[in-house]
Amino acid sequence: MTTQAPRFWRSIPQRYNLLGTHCNRCNEYFFPPRNLCPNCRRGAHLEEYTFKGTGTIVTYTTIYNATEEFERLTPYNLAIIQLDEGPKITGQIISCSEEVKIGMRVRPVFRILGKEGDRGIIYYGTKFAPLIEPSCLESAEGLLNSAKESD
Amino acid sequence: MRSVSIIGVGCTKFGERWDVSLRDMIAEAGVLAIEDAEIVGEQIDALYVGNMSGGRFIEQEHIGALIADCAGLSRLHVPSTRVEAACASGGLALRQGILSVASGYSDIVIAAGVEKMTDVSSGTAADALAAAADREWECFFGATFPALYAMMAKLHMRRYGTTHDQMAQVAVKNHHHACMNPIAQYHMEISIEDVNKSPMVADPLHVLDCSPISDGAAAVVLAPTDIARRFSDTPIKIVGSGQASDTLALHDRRDLTTLDATVHAGRAAFRQAGIEPRQVDVAEVHDCFTIAEILAIEDLGFVEKGQGGKATEEGLTALGGTLPINTSGGLKACGHPVGATGIKQAYEIALQLRGEAGKRQVDEVEVGLAHNVGGSGGTALVHIFTR
Repeated sequence: MTTQAPRFWRSIPQRYNLLGTHCNRCNEYFFPPRNLCPNCRRGAHLEEYTFKGTGTIVTYTTIYNATEEFERLTPYNLAIIQLDEGPKITGQIISCSEEVKIGMRVRPVFRILGKEGDRGIIYYGTKFAPLIEPSCLESAEGLLNSAKESD
Repeated sequence: MRSVSIIGVGCTKFGERWDVSLRDMIAEAGVLAIEDAEIVGEQIDALYVGNMSGGRFIEQEHIGALIADCAGLSRLHVPSTRVEAACASGGLALRQGILSVASGYSDIVIAAGVEKMTDVSSGTAADALAAAADREWECFFGATFPALYAMMAKLHMRRYGTTHDQMAQVAVKNHHHACMNPIAQYHMEISIEDVNKSPMVADPLHVLDCSPISDGAAAVVLAPTDIARRFSDTPIKIVGSGQASDTLALHDRRDLTTLDATVHAGRAAFRQAGIEPRQVDVAEVHDCFTIAEILAIEDLGFVEKGQGGKATEEGLTALGGTLPINTSGGLKACGHPVGATGIKQAYEIALQLRGEAGKRQVDEVEVGLAHNVGGSGGTALVHIFTR
């Protein structure tokens, strides 16, 4: 893909954070943010909303043959993820030691998505990794704390 | 609204046509259609041409004026319009032509489609095609076109128990049909094992689950039904035309194993025609990937949701089955020059209804259907034809 700098200079904050919109009237969440609610259209009451980021894999594939800019990553996993608030998004699944599965819980991670040659623009965005369930986090914290105590 | 008929058809050979340009192909298809209809240039009121990406494939836009010029109609100043809806550009050109005649604005209209894809590297072609997906929210994150259909396939397999062998059977069948079609890109029988052994593109889709990159052009001549017999002994009536849109990105859809645009375009066309899906005798559906044909026969109402794989495995959709699908070889084996595909489908159905489909002729064809999809289902067109 040959792109020009202004496409990336343009402020797209939702590339870097899961910023979307929520319609107060029909209570549906949207990502990326929409200017018009497809349910309420001009009758909508849209407000900005930051998604928690956690979601579930609805479907996925492993890509073996990619476009030039993603060739170096092959094979890589791509999935459609349903965020807990409802909307679905497309993203890569990384740091996954086991086989990707439909129904797997994931969390967002901030990563380099690509770059245009050695001197071109580097662009960033969201990928997804398996969710470390809070119970695992707690036990990890517990280990950390006990390690501190022993210092 | 006036009833519209096809009074002439023409199609070039599809394939890797290194020796000819877009200009050569559109002129060839146009002349074939005009000669078939036995009309002259002075009778043509308007041209519509489906072309997805002249800009990316041959660095040429303004395809409307170009085809009028190539067709030798520049001195007649015939209005000529290029339409674009990704891989459904041809189907959309057909619909625009129909609307023009039906409204009474025009009498004789050419609806054509053309794409020249092999002048660029396969990487550039793949990127041009990826522009039919959502560039900012799919491609930016690494999605490819096969990957989108692969994700539909994975979920279909999980929900309905569809197997990869059932998908592979779509390719096997369509290659078999293409062997009987002189204009087809491939005249080569393949087996399920061949599909399974071909390199993986996006799991579960292998190379032989995917339609190829092709060059080609097709054209049909439209006229009001009440004067169609002046031009042709075998005019083909277009009794239903449906078009529908959906979200550009696959992930925004209501259901990832249904193309709602197909469902809605199909319903509109069937309603207008006053015909039920079970009355269709032969259909060309949009098999850009093998899973796409399985989704199409379900979404058009030929089989129940989830039964498309089984129906294919049991041979219902093969020549000789109860509903032969893609007798031309489909996008898979006849080839998929994207802008031309929707018109080629109408060409094939017209030949079937005229009884001129040679070795692949279906017996006693009364009703035919053509189904053309843009992108991963952001646009769909369904046309229904009778004798």
